[in-house]
Amino acid sequence: MSTSVRALALVLGDQDNVATAIDDIPEAGEYPVMFKDGIKTVNVLVAIPFGHKFAVSDIAAGGDIVKYGEVIGEATTNIKTGEHVHVHNVVSKRGRGDLEAKGAN
Amino acid sequence: MQFMGYRRPDGRVGTRNLVGVLPTVVCANEVAERITKQVAGATAFLHHHGCCQTPPDIERVSFILGQLGKHPNLAGVLLVSLGCESVNADAVAEEIAKSGKPVKKIVIQDVGGAAKAVAEGTLLVQKMVVEASNLEREPCDISELVYGIKCGGSDTTSGLGSNPVAGAAADLVVENGGTVVFGETTEFIGAEHLLAKRGATPEVQERILEIVARIENRAKAVGADMRGGQPTAGNIAGGLTTIEEKSLGAIVKSGTKQVLDVYEYGQTPQKKGLVIMDSPGREPELLTGLAAAGCQVIVFTTGRGAPQGFPFVPVIKITANKQTYEKLADHMDKSVSGVIEGTQSVADAGQELLDEILAVASGKTTKAESIGYFAAMDIWCHGPVI
Repeated sequence: MSTSVRALALVLGDQDNVATAIDDIPEAGEYPVMFKDGIKTVNVLVAIPFGHKFAVSDIAAGGDIVKYGEVIGEATTNIKTGEHVHVHNVVSKRGRGDLEAKGAN
Repeated sequence: MQFMGYRRPDGRVGTRNLVGVLPTVVCANEVAERITKQVAGATAFLHHHGCCQTPPDIERVSFILGQLGKHPNLAGVLLVSLGCESVNADAVAEEIAKSGKPVKKIVIQDVGGAAKAVAEGTLLVQKMVVEASNLEREPCDISELVYGIKCGGSDTTSGLGSNPVAGAAADLVVENGGTVVFGETTEFIGAEHLLAKRGATPEVQERILEIVARIENRAKAVGADMRGGQPTAGNIAGGLTTIEEKSLGAIVKSGTKQVLDVYEYGQTPQKKGLVIMDSPGREPELLTGLAAAGCQVIVFTTGRGAPQGFPFVPVIKITANKQTYEKLADHMDKSVSGVIEGTQSVADAGQELLDEILAVASGKTTKAESIGYFAAMDIWCHGPVI
C-alpha cells in the first residue's frame, strides 16, 4: 500500500459496493480510495466520520450492501455513489425478530 | 517457543499465582470482595447468580464455579457461601479439590455474619497466599498455552486491523502446538457460512451452524430487531451497520486454521488447536467462559475502547483505532493501527502480538491488571430469575 497518495478509505473485496473511511472525511469532495486494484478517486457527497462507510457505486433500494465480498445488509432506499451508508439506509437481514413477530400476526 | 509459568499439582500451567475468592451466590459478593481487599495476592470473582434460578442454570453456575476454581492461575481457592443458596458449595469445593489445590469454604450464616466471615476468610486466604508464594515460575512449552480471544467495543477498525492481527497470532499459537479458544456465537451471525467451511469434520461444521441458529432464535424470540443490542449503540456509532458486518469482521480474530471442535460454555477443550466455545458477545459472560475453559491469557481486541480485564486471567487490550489508543492509554496495551495505515503487515503485527502474549504469560502486567479493572463479571445463564 505504499503510494504517494494516501487513501482515506478502503474497499475490502472485489465485489464490494461500499468503502470504509480510515480517517475523518470532513466534507464533500473528491477523495482517494484504495480499491483491490489500486487507488481511485471517488466523489464523496457528504462528510463521513472515521470508520463509517460510503457507497462506491449506485445501489438500488432493496439491493445488497456488499463488504468483505459478503452481503452485510439490504438498502432501504436508492443510494448514490458517495452517499453515507449506515443504519438510516440499510437494514440487517438477520436477527429480525420484528419481521417474524409481524408474520405471526 | 516457551513462557515462564507455574506448574500446578494436576499438571496444568498457570500464568499467575493468585488465591481466588469465589462467592457461591450473589449474596456473598460483599464478603468475598472485602476479603480480597485485605490480602495482597487474592482476587475475587463476583457474579449475580447461585439462587432462585431454574435447575439447569443452577447446574451451570455450579459447573462454572468449579471450572474457575480449578483454573491453573489460582494456587488456592476460598469459597464464600451464604448458607441457604441453591448452589451446593460442598459439591463445588469437592470439584475444585480434584485439581489438588487447597480449597476452603466459609459459610456466612454459620460463622455469624459478614464481619466474622470477612475476618475468618481473611486469615484463611492470607495463609494460602503465603504458601503459594513459595512456588517459582518454570519454563513451559507454548503447547501448554490456551489462548482466548475476544473482541469487544468493536468498530470498523476491529475488522480491518485488530482482529486480523489477533488471528495472525492465533495461527502462530496453533502452528506451535498451542490451543486457541474463541466464541461470541452471536457474532458469527451472517458469517457462519465462512466459519463452517473451516470445520474439521462434517459434524463440527453442523455444530457451528447449530449454535448460531440456537442463539439467533433466542434473540428473535423477543420479537424485536436485534440491532441496537447487537450491534450495540457504540458499534453503530463506530460505523458498524448490521450484525452481518460486525460478524464478518469478528470471525477474522480466529485466524485461518481448521476449527477442531465446538464446546459448550466454559468446557475445557479436549483438543489442542483452534476450537469454538458457544458463548454470547457481552464481556462479563464471555470472559468468564474463556477463563472457565482454562485460557491463561486472553487477547481482547477493541475499537471503541472496552476496559474490562478478568480477576485472575491477564487480558491484553489491542486496538487498531489510533484515536482510541491515544484517548484510552490507561486501558490499551497495544496499538496495531499501522496495519490499517499500511505501515505494518498483519503478519509482523501478529508476531509482535505473540511475543507480547508470551511476555504477559510470563508475568508482564497488563493495563487492566495494573488498575484492577475486572470486578464486573458474570456467568451466562439462560433461564429467568425466579
